[in-house]
Formats: sequence, C-alpha cells, structure tokens
Amino acid sequence: MKYIDEYRDPELAHALAREICKIARRPWTLMEICGGQTHTIMKSGLHEMLPPEIQLVHGPGCPVCVTPLELIDKALAIAARPEVIFCSFGDMLRVPGSEYSLLDAKARGADVRIVYSPLDAVKLARENPDRQVVFFAVGFETTAPANAMSVFHAAERGVDNYSILTAHVLVPPAMEALLSSADCRVQAFLAPGHVCTIQGTREYEPLAAKYRVPIVATGFEPVDILEGVLMAIWQLEEGRCEVENQYGRAVRRDGNAAALAIVERVFEVSDRTWRGVGVIPLSGLRLRPEYAIFDAEQRFGIEMPPVPEPADCIAGLILQGLKKPNECAAFGTACTPERPLGAPMVSSEGACAAYYQYRSTSRHDREELYYPVPRA
Amino acid sequence: MTVKNFTIQCPAPKASTDRIVMAHGGGGRMSQRLFEEIFRPAFANAALDARHDGALLALGGARLAFSTDSYVVRPLFFPGGNIGDLAVNGTANDLAMCGARPKYLSCGFILEEGLEIAKLQQVVETMRTAAEANGVELVTGDTKVVDRGKADALFINTAGIGVIEHPVSPTRIEAGDAIVVSGDLGRHGVAILSVREGLEFDSPIESDCAALWPQVERMFAEGIDVHCLRDLTRGGLSSALNELAAAAGFGMQVEENAIPVDAAVRGACEVLGLDPLYVANEGRFVAFVPARDAEAAARLLPGGAVVGAVTGEAAGRVWIQSRMGARRLLDMLSGEQLPRIC
Repeated sequence: MKYIDEYRDPELAHALAREICKIARRPWTLMEICGGQTHTIMKSGLHEMLPPEIQLVHGPGCPVCVTPLELIDKALAIAARPEVIFCSFGDMLRVPGSEYSLLDAKARGADVRIVYSPLDAVKLARENPDRQVVFFAVGFETTAPANAMSVFHAAERGVDNYSILTAHVLVPPAMEALLSSADCRVQAFLAPGHVCTIQGTREYEPLAAKYRVPIVATGFEPVDILEGVLMAIWQLEEGRCEVENQYGRAVRRDGNAAALAIVERVFEVSDRTWRGVGVIPLSGLRLRPEYAIFDAEQRFGIEMPPVPEPADCIAGLILQGLKKPNECAAFGTACTPERPLGAPMVSSEGACAAYYQYRSTSRHDREELYYPVPRA
Repeated sequence: MTVKNFTIQCPAPKASTDRIVMAHGGGGRMSQRLFEEIFRPAFANAALDARHDGALLALGGARLAFSTDSYVVRPLFFPGGNIGDLAVNGTANDLAMCGARPKYLSCGFILEEGLEIAKLQQVVETMRTAAEANGVELVTGDTKVVDRGKADALFINTAGIGVIEHPVSPTRIEAGDAIVVSGDLGRHGVAILSVREGLEFDSPIESDCAALWPQVERMFAEGIDVHCLRDLTRGGLSSALNELAAAAGFGMQVEENAIPVDAAVRGACEVLGLDPLYVANEGRFVAFVPARDAEAAARLLPGGAVVGAVTGEAAGRVWIQSRMGARRLLDMLSGEQLPRIC
C-alpha cells in the first residue's frame, strides 16, 4: 500500500535504529506526544530496537484520556434526555464517567451513535428535525477544523437542532506545562504529526527556544518515528534546540490555512481542565460568542459539580511521562481494558492500553514487555 | 505561563457490567465471560464443555455434530452477499469446523412488520443456492412476525446437523503443528462496515462469505490429518487462536508477514482504525495440521497460507512476530473494536 508500506520497511527501520545507536553518546529521554505514536512504538517494538540509554516516555496526546470526568458526566446527562441523539467518535464511548459509560447509557436506552465525521451528525440533525443532535467534539487541533466546520455548516443552513459538547485541547500549552514542571525529565519532543499538519510547526519555535528543547514534528509509522528519534538525538548530541520536520509529506511550517481559518472563525482559546493533570491556562478551545447557541452545555443548561477522583491509579504521572504504564502496581491486574481504573487503559490511544494490548507476558517488568529485537 | 494547579489526580471510573452491552456479542473476552458466567453454569454438560464450534454427539452409533447460530446483520444486503448467505453458510461452516459433512438445517425467520416480500424472496433464493453449495437441505422451519420497530427487518436463526467424517478437536492440537489460514483476512467485516459508513473504493470489497465444507472435504480427501479447524468469524484470527491456545494448552506463534490481507482491506482498515486480525470473516478458517502436511494444506485451500506454528512453551498464549522482528502477545479483543478519534 503506497505511503504505508515504505514507512513500515523493516530494513529501513533497522538501518535507522543502527544510525541512532551510532550517534547516541549519552543517555537521552524523549517524549512522543501522541498516543498514536505510542501505539506504533509498542506494536512494532521500536523501543526494543533502541539502545537502553535512549528512553521514550509517553505524552498526554490521547484526547479520550485527558477529557475530564465531569465533562463525560455532562455527556451522559445530555445523552439520557429522550429528545437527544448523542453522536461521538467511537473511542469516547467506552470511557466510564463517574457512574457509567456512554456504551452503558446506550444499553440503558439512550440514543448514542458512532459517527466518523461531525458532518454526519449535522446530516443526522437535518434528517431528524424533531430531535436534538449533539456531537461530542473531542480532540486536539487535528479534529478541531472538522468540528468547527460542522458548526459553521449548521449555522449557514439554519440547522438549529444541532449542538456540540466541546472538549478541545491544544498541544503547545500542554508541552509548556510539562516543561515548566520541576519534575520534567523530557529532553526532546516528537511533536504529533497530525496536529502539525493542521497547525504547522511555527508555534513550537518559541517553546524550543525558551526551554532549549529540540522538537521534531513526526509521523506515525515505524520508519517515521525512528527517523524522528534520530533527528532529535542528532540535535541533542550537537547541542541544538530547533524545530524540525520529519513528517514533510504532510506538514508545512505554516500549516493548513483553510483549516486554521475555520477554527479561528468558530472557536476561541480558553482555559481547560485536563483529566489527571489539572487546569492548564489557554489550553483548550470553546465556541465564540456568535456561535454560542450551538454550545450543548448552554443549550441543555447542564451543570455538574467537579467530580473528585480518588488517587488509586497513576494516570496523571503516566500522562506527563513521569511513569510508564508497567510501573503501575495495578497494571494488568486490578486495571485492564475491560475493568479500567483510568482512562489511559480504555482508549485505543492510551499508553496503558498500548502496553496492555502489546504486552508480552503477564509480568510487567520492562524487560518482559518484549522479546528483544537484535540490536545493531 | 505556568500551571498553578498541577496536581496529580487519578481517574478511577467504575466499570459497570450489570447490563448487556454490544461487546457481549463481539466474540472477544466479554462474550467468553457471558458464556462462562451465565450460560455454562446453567447448562453444563460434556458436549457444551468441549467448547467446540458445535456439539459433538454420539447417537445410535452415528457420530454427529449439532450447531446453531442467529443472524442479525445490518444491512441485510452487502457487497458479496446477504443475510441468507450468512444464515446457511454460517451454521454449515460451524459443522464443517467439527469435521462434519453438513446434512440438515432448520431455519427460524423473525420478520418485522413492513418488510418487503420481494426482499424476503431474494434472501430465500440466496439461501437455496447456499444450501446447494453446502450439500444441505433445509428440512424444518418457523416464521414469526413482530411489530414494526421490534426487529431490524429480518432476523434468521439456523441450526444444523452434520455427520462427522474426521476427528477434529482442540484436544488434537500438538506442539509442532502448522497453523494454516484458508485465505486472506478481513473481507467480510470491512465489506459490512464500508456499506454502513458509506466508504467507497475503486473496486468494492466483497464479503468472503462462502461454504467451507468443500474446502475441508478436499483436505480430508487428500489424506491430510487435520487436527483442528476453527472458522474466523467474530473476533477474527486473534480470537480464534486465543480460544484454541487456551483450550489446547499450547502456545502459538504467528508471523505478521505471513498473514494474507488484501491491499484494499488493509487500506480500509487503516482508514477505519481497525486491525484486520480482529475483523470478522465469514468464509475463512484456520486449520491445524502436522508440519509435514502444511504446504499441501495451504496449496489445497484457495488462498491458503502457512502463518505460524504451535509451540510447546507459554501455554495458552499467542505470539506474533512483527514485521520489525519484535515478538509480542496477540491478545484477544477486549470489548468492541471502535473507531479512533484521530
């Protein structure tokens, strides 16, 4: 398959891994931001191809994992209303709120539907004028343009029975939060390629300069990730801290102008609570006042008290790259995808789910995750 | 800009399992739990406990296989078939997977008020053709009509009886057996999903729905000592291998590179965020044969391929060697495969 197979070529991957081994003279800790990248690393065993001194820690780039519990409870409260058709990307359905999940709500009679595009939800609203169609607008900058477009369409065409429950988060403020924390041990970032496809790489330049940290916009296939790691380590070894672009087949420095324009038109930047992390200033998107009538929270007047979350799993530490999933005592025992203690075990982009799905034994030491791939 | 409230909290949601959810029907771990916790304790008997695709029964000197399945597919018509193909092939295939020649089927129709009779006629005609391909007769049946909204147009249940011609069972799996798949994977699930999601491809992906007994019979006729067979329906290859590894008490290892998946199916899976190893097939199976017969078996099957082997170590676990060379667990599906956000 073109544009896939060449980036999964084992020979090319092993050649990159050998090159990394050759140039790495000191131990380095890199963070891949996106959960999709974490999954590729675990599925292909890329971390086993690297020298042990090169640590990959996993970032907060899993939209399902960072959506606060109280917002999921709001989604459940809205979905429970008889006039509502509640639409969501599939991944969000399994995450439990404080009592149950959207999938459970569906089993209890709520009209919950999986859509692949928010525009399908607008279509549903037009086809069902006597119902209220609500779309759970979750995600990073990647999904913001399509979600913005759905609101824009609904406004243009007078689809007034459509609204969105917004849970949009932004990558650079989260990176800044990590970098400004005293515990931060990340020395370079693989920036999420899909987000950069929309946003470009320009907004990472001040971060790289201020915190003296290399940032490489990186794709999602094994060869992409190993090349991103190589570029980051090159910078670290040479003492550079630049924004570089590994994912040149999709990412431009200035991003996608049309996508940015629609986001700018419909959304504005706001503070946002990240599940397991806390409030990060100016790290989310909300609807602009002129589109506020499409805000499901306002339309349904749902107020939820902040839900206290007991501290018996380490999802917060994992989302910040301070711990790895297999360093959690509950991993694979008290906490599994079927009976998750935390959201990272639920989502297909969650780091814990990646470790669980692609684990190699029931024991959870790092060495046990894989049979090692022969190193260079 | 700094973060003031940088507290570490833990999301600790409760998993609720007091209602049936869709994943209970997904063929993965939750389906298995439903069986273990609800059905098996109630009905426990030797035939059920064998956990075969059908029950193996001795009746008046005859060795029979008996199986049943219900069909609730939406849409009723999909590229490569319709619910009628599934209803006949599905149950007949379950019998074939017991090493049995399918002989007789029963058929129960649940019809929703308002279903077009022409559609029913089309489904029934398809069932007739499928029955011929399998060499089975539909010898008894039942029809119920329910109010509009109480069923999704048409549900079909079939049950079938076959005569066992060759002993195949998870207990016959041995260390060193080759694992052979009968053709490329993922077509049925992707065909259904692409219709549901309105995805269009240059050439449409058609369901692999087919009668499997003729393929099984060919292996028997060529003298291949088939140890075990399993069709790769719900939950796909990974669920089938995990179930059999657990039942047989052996480990298994497959090579990612050796598993045949058509380029269009792979592409669709990439778009939909699915793993073809977990996607349902309706005309594919996995055969466990002695290593010496592996190549012959693969040649006899229309798109056959040797994908791995049974190992004496790590009982109950299935390993996959990735393209990159790493060896990891190939786990059973937990819950439904759901499309990802980005």
